[in-house]
Amino acid sequence: MRVGIAGVGWFGFQPEVVDYSFREMMFKAAQRAYEDAGGLDPRKDVDAFISCQEDFWEGISISDEFAPDPVGGAMKAVYTVTGDGLQCVGQAYMMIKSGLFDVVVVESHGKPSDVVTLNEVMFTATDPISVRPLGLENVHALAALEARSYMAKYGVEEGHLEAVVEKAHRAGAKNPRAVYASPGRSRASTPTVVDPLKEADIAKFVDAAVVVVLASDRVVRDFTDTPVWVDGVWWSTEISTLEYHDWAFPHHAREAADGAYMQAKIADPAKEVGFAEVDNRYSFKELQHIEALRLAPKGTAKDLLVDGAFCPGGRLPVNLSGGALAEGVPFEVHGLARLSYAVAVMRGDFKAEVDRRDVAVVHSWRGVPTTTSVVAVLRL
Amino acid sequence: MTGRNINFKHRVAVVGAGMTLFRSRMLETPQELAWLAAKQALDEAGLTLKDIDCVVIGSAPDAFDGVHMKGEYLAEGAGGIHKPTVRVFVGGATGVFVPIAAWWHVASGLCKRVLAVAEEKMSHAAKPHTQYVFRYIWDPIVEKPLNPNLIWIFAMEMHRYMHKCNVKKEDIALVSVKNKRNACGHPSAQLCMPNITVDDVLKSEVLVWPVQLYDISPTTDGAAALVLASEEEARRITDTPVWVKGIGWTLDTTHWTNRDLAYPEYVRRAAEMAYRMAGIDNPRKQIDVAEPYDPFDYKELHHMEGLGLAKKCEAPILTREGVTQRDGDLPINPSGGLLGVGNPIAAAGLMKVAEIFWQVRGEAGARQVKKPVYTGLAQAWGDLMQAGTVIVMGI
Repeated sequence: MRVGIAGVGWFGFQPEVVDYSFREMMFKAAQRAYEDAGGLDPRKDVDAFISCQEDFWEGISISDEFAPDPVGGAMKAVYTVTGDGLQCVGQAYMMIKSGLFDVVVVESHGKPSDVVTLNEVMFTATDPISVRPLGLENVHALAALEARSYMAKYGVEEGHLEAVVEKAHRAGAKNPRAVYASPGRSRASTPTVVDPLKEADIAKFVDAAVVVVLASDRVVRDFTDTPVWVDGVWWSTEISTLEYHDWAFPHHAREAADGAYMQAKIADPAKEVGFAEVDNRYSFKELQHIEALRLAPKGTAKDLLVDGAFCPGGRLPVNLSGGALAEGVPFEVHGLARLSYAVAVMRGDFKAEVDRRDVAVVHSWRGVPTTTSVVAVLRL
Repeated sequence: MTGRNINFKHRVAVVGAGMTLFRSRMLETPQELAWLAAKQALDEAGLTLKDIDCVVIGSAPDAFDGVHMKGEYLAEGAGGIHKPTVRVFVGGATGVFVPIAAWWHVASGLCKRVLAVAEEKMSHAAKPHTQYVFRYIWDPIVEKPLNPNLIWIFAMEMHRYMHKCNVKKEDIALVSVKNKRNACGHPSAQLCMPNITVDDVLKSEVLVWPVQLYDISPTTDGAAALVLASEEEARRITDTPVWVKGIGWTLDTTHWTNRDLAYPEYVRRAAEMAYRMAGIDNPRKQIDVAEPYDPFDYKELHHMEGLGLAKKCEAPILTREGVTQRDGDLPINPSGGLLGVGNPIAAAGLMKVAEIFWQVRGEAGARQVKKPVYTGLAQAWGDLMQAGTVIVMGI
């Protein structure tokens, strides 16, 4: 049983969506996804709906209560995954592969502009006994520690981070929803947030919603002539106790990638993958994730980047969209943002400088202090 | 499932179950509670964490444990490190949803042995009372400014049910009496009350009329866990696997004010989905034992009717006639349910699934129902009175 993407819709990707509530954003994205899926009727064509969201981001306890109506799922099988949107795709993939479901809709939305205490909310994700009493005033400090560890171990210098930032903004300039793309902006001139991370190394937040329609190979052509197949998707969680996890290398991304590649029968991703969309909410994370996804040997991403391998038009373009550094981080929508951009490139909806658009790998990570990654392999 | 098929790739069985004590103010952390239950389920299956491919976690509002991204936090306690771990969520209905999600982990062929863990620690949530967490479940624009209390809307629902079905409080109190007495056979139970009477329920403190103290389940900490496996693995692990025969769930609209409060239509639809998969067309006859969700005594009656185990307005009659007693024709909540064993939201739902597992295997000890058990059902309920989750299991 193969699983295909029958439609994708998005809304927002603005620093602040003023005129729409999160429910209206969900509705808009769903409407566009259903239109993209040949005018699919959620009331009769969809078997189940999944929403990826977290209570504290929503400011609502039991926030899944609000999932059914905006996506057309009321009185149907709806549930929430408290994880990145790409993890919802993983659940939908399993549901369809079980043989019990034919069409599953995945939704995620984020409205960071509604949250006035982002640092405090993020810090509430740390262990209440061992870490929270430290009262970190800036949660990015945890990412800075990871950056230092990675840079020290693999000889990555600030110039390499500069190259990631520059590439992201240049690529993002061609992405219609990359509101933060600012080609020519100098990383060095931005203030230091937590050494070695400067303001330009840290992705900003953005309001967005994305909806994806997945369908079994049995029915997908009822909705589209050009499905993009999900040939593998896997996820992994590394130890959540920060003191014990590997600060220099994201094993969770490696494990997720290995699982996805095994399903998709990809033996040498650096050769077989045409392009990749990976998490780069911190500039150094793009290099880490390229290596974790076996798109470059450990410690070499920095050199290949400087050689232009990961640039648009390069041997294996990474983040043709500019990634989170150019688009922003819409909370749990991040993975679906990466996926929807990859789908658009594969279908030719977004023009992109890429030689091979038949195989793409998509990755998401949820930011500090989390240790979960999801990886999906897409094929035309 | 658009009517095209009701077949699936792999059969899935439950091969082990475990649960902690259900108590208020447990000293263990949420991670420790999760591990205690997980370890017991693994031990019962004769497995270790190394044998587990994937982990599914369930926990209700994040605010109870006071941890943002609670799935990441609980992963360590639930045995989910270096494994595909996911947290699923449908509010109070989460406990029964955890094995439903675990089902497709196995049925898809991607995982062979899955640990399903549900945890809740309510006692250290917002002060002075856990109810404060529920102040943030409402529509932030229309309802929250009114500062409603969750018990108010349940009181409305209970009142509506009593009015529409002409049910007396005495009849509803019988559920509380039955379940709190049943709980005395449960080693984890928080509220074993062997001598409780209808009069005690009727004389208990009025919270929001007609809801009184003994109509409602207590605030509880606890965890429960199951091990699920593919058919091939299950037969290697045990001679007595309990098969997952049907799964179903439904979420009604968020707008609870527009709903028929006297009948849980969302439960009916969830049950319909599960029954279709399990090949059940007469639940009253084909279900031997059931664990419907009973955070309030009237909800047991409500849910029996939604599940088709009683006709509309018939559940109070069956209860009065003793049909739902442990030795009755249709035993309901022989575990003691939430009213007796306790209500650590998500863990309470999974406790019910564990109970069906033990009942089908004939391992429920003092709680074992008198009639032979071939098929059992567990159900949970949640969100803004809108979520129904149903699982049917059997030999």
